[in-house]
Amino acid sequence: MAAIWAVGEVAEGRPTRLTLELATLARQLADASGSTAAVVLVGHDVTTAAAEVATYGPVVLAVATPDDDRPAAARTAALLADLLEERSPDVVLIGASSDGKDIAGALVGLTDLPILVNASSVSWADGGPRVEMSTFGGRLVTQSAFVGTRGIVLVRPASVTAEAAATSGAVETVEVDAGARLGAVRVTGHTEQAGSAVPIEEARIIVGGGRGVGSPEGFAIIEDLADALGGAVGATRAVVDAGWIGYGQQIGQTGKIVKPALYVACGISGAIQHKVGVQTAGTIVAINRDPDAPIAEFADLLVVGDLFEVVPRLAAAVRARKAASG
Amino acid sequence: MHIVVLLKAVPIVGTERLGPDQRVQRGQLEANGNDEYVLEKALKLTEANGGEVSLLSMGPASAIDALRKALAMGATRAYHVQDEALAGSCIRGTVDVLVAALRKIEFDLLFVGADTSDGLGGVVAPAVAARLGLPYLSYASEIRASGTGVSIDRLSPTGFDVQEAASPAVVMGTQLLGEPRYPSLRGIMQARTKETTTWSLADLGIDPASVGEAGATTRFIGSETPPQRSGATVVKAPPDEAAAAIVDFLATRRLI
Ligand SMILES: Cc1cc2nc3c(=O)[nH]c(=O)nc-3n(C[C@H](O)[C@H](O)[C@H](O)COP(=O)(O)OP(=O)(O)OC[C@H]3O[C@@H](n4cnc5c(N)ncnc54)[C@H](O)[C@@H]3O)c2cc1C
Ligand SMILES: Nc1ncnc2c1ncn2[C@@H]1O[C@H](COP(=O)(O)O)[C@@H](O)[C@H]1O
Repeated sequence: MAAIWAVGEVAEGRPTRLTLELATLARQLADASGSTAAVVLVGHDVTTAAAEVATYGPVVLAVATPDDDRPAAARTAALLADLLEERSPDVVLIGASSDGKDIAGALVGLTDLPILVNASSVSWADGGPRVEMSTFGGRLVTQSAFVGTRGIVLVRPASVTAEAAATSGAVETVEVDAGARLGAVRVTGHTEQAGSAVPIEEARIIVGGGRGVGSPEGFAIIEDLADALGGAVGATRAVVDAGWIGYGQQIGQTGKIVKPALYVACGISGAIQHKVGVQTAGTIVAINRDPDAPIAEFADLLVVGDLFEVVPRLAAAVRARKAASG
Repeated sequence: MHIVVLLKAVPIVGTERLGPDQRVQRGQLEANGNDEYVLEKALKLTEANGGEVSLLSMGPASAIDALRKALAMGATRAYHVQDEALAGSCIRGTVDVLVAALRKIEFDLLFVGADTSDGLGGVVAPAVAARLGLPYLSYASEIRASGTGVSIDRLSPTGFDVQEAASPAVVMGTQLLGEPRYPSLRGIMQARTKETTTWSLADLGIDPASVGEAGATTRFIGSETPPQRSGATVVKAPPDEAAAAIVDFLATRRLI
């Protein structure tokens, strides 16, 4: 029987949203193909996270590691390489987060498994996973598969909706003694920087601010609208380069690729490098002074106006509507 | 200090076209945006501490323009792996080729971009590092190099981690390393006489059947152009009405 695995990530003791999505996807693919599903969680203490992931259906393989803080690629990939050799699952789903990409790449190097990246949807067809990827700013969707039967799929956030299962999976504690396979990297310090509370990859709603916001202070109304909508704040490279907001919020070709249900673009022209990061959002609303800004070509609703006049009123109207219906 | 920069020539962003076979046509190419950030940092580091920057690219003949531009920015030399048999390579194939080429070059540091605009994988670099058994440092917002090692600030969800490794090491960097320079006129003139080495698969001792379309471990099934958004509904109204219109629109789509 084939086996579908997913590699999960734990942040502050909890599985990330992407991990729950992968657990759901592993279960769905296992159901479609008559295979088994498992999620591997690697970390110092993954007990609580393992119990939560198990409610999504797959068996959870909990791998405890010493409390070192070596980078994920060096620690987790070496461990997974051993586990993959020992149990040879057919499909390994990995989330396209920073750590996920590092781990997936290192695994390709260590195990020689094929890899399909950038998956926005994964189904089961002809005895293997069929992977859809969106490229070139959403202008093209390609489908690919493995030539053989085994491989790694790097899955984008929000490719599936996480859904708990009717029956939980079991949690199995696994001991792996991985040798060092990548050169040593030491972590010698940490620096905390103020950033947005909600990572934009995980947000269902994102309010984006561009150069039209005018100044770092201008972001206060963007943050307030995000707060009213219950979303996160995103940005263009122009304002990140200007130092108005952190790089972690940047959406686009050299920033993050996101897929929120709603994107509200305020004072953003919609350059191609920005568009590629948000093209697959469910709904796009733009507020821009210029009716001919490129964003008009891919927004669903374009409000022509001054964001300083519209955004605060919108935040108030959203709160009023929520209060009335809540 | 010898820094090798992995630079991929990609279709110019926004101008990609599909051929009759439903595959992307490799028209005019440009240097991948993310690779220019690490190139800029490599140039700054060698300018400050001495040393040379070499470029390594696997790609078709038309990749030469992107390499020339990078030479004009200040790189010392370029290695270009080019072979008919490479067309249609999967990621594993690309990694095999880059690793074989890197084994022919002695370097202290290997710099790579965060990902490519056409591949969007961000996995070639860690795969190359793992294959070479080298330390891999990623998502650098700052890179400090000494004669014997390297230290970076790696972006984390809450700030950054400082990571260190001994040379040789592989470092993947981000846009935060700084805006790439424009080639100067003098740089453009000098680039014409800089050394460019072209390697075929035979030069690297790679069996053509093991890479390219022939040796691919993944297969392309097809592609489609998804329905584009049908154009925005445009609201031109005083701010209060505009705000109300947005709220109504969000409510019909069950977004609030
Ligand atoms: C290699 C490379 C990579 C890149 N990667 C990225 C990336 O990852 N992400 C990214 O975003 N960009 C990226 N860019 C940059 C991109 O090309 C654009 O320059 C950038 O997205 C523009 O940002 P903007 O929309 O904030 O600014 P602008 O293009 O200046 O647009 C500002 C908009 O605000 C509107 N405006 C001004 N004032 C108001 C007001 N009071 N009310 C309402 N509207 C107002 C204007 O009409 C205008 O449309 C990249 C570029 C390159 C070359
Ligand atoms: N064909 C190539 N030639 C040279 N470098 C490459 C090539 N493909 C990928 N790279 C390097 O690997 C990085 C990540 O690529 P990718 O995994 O394809 O997103 C790029 O930013 C480049 O630095």
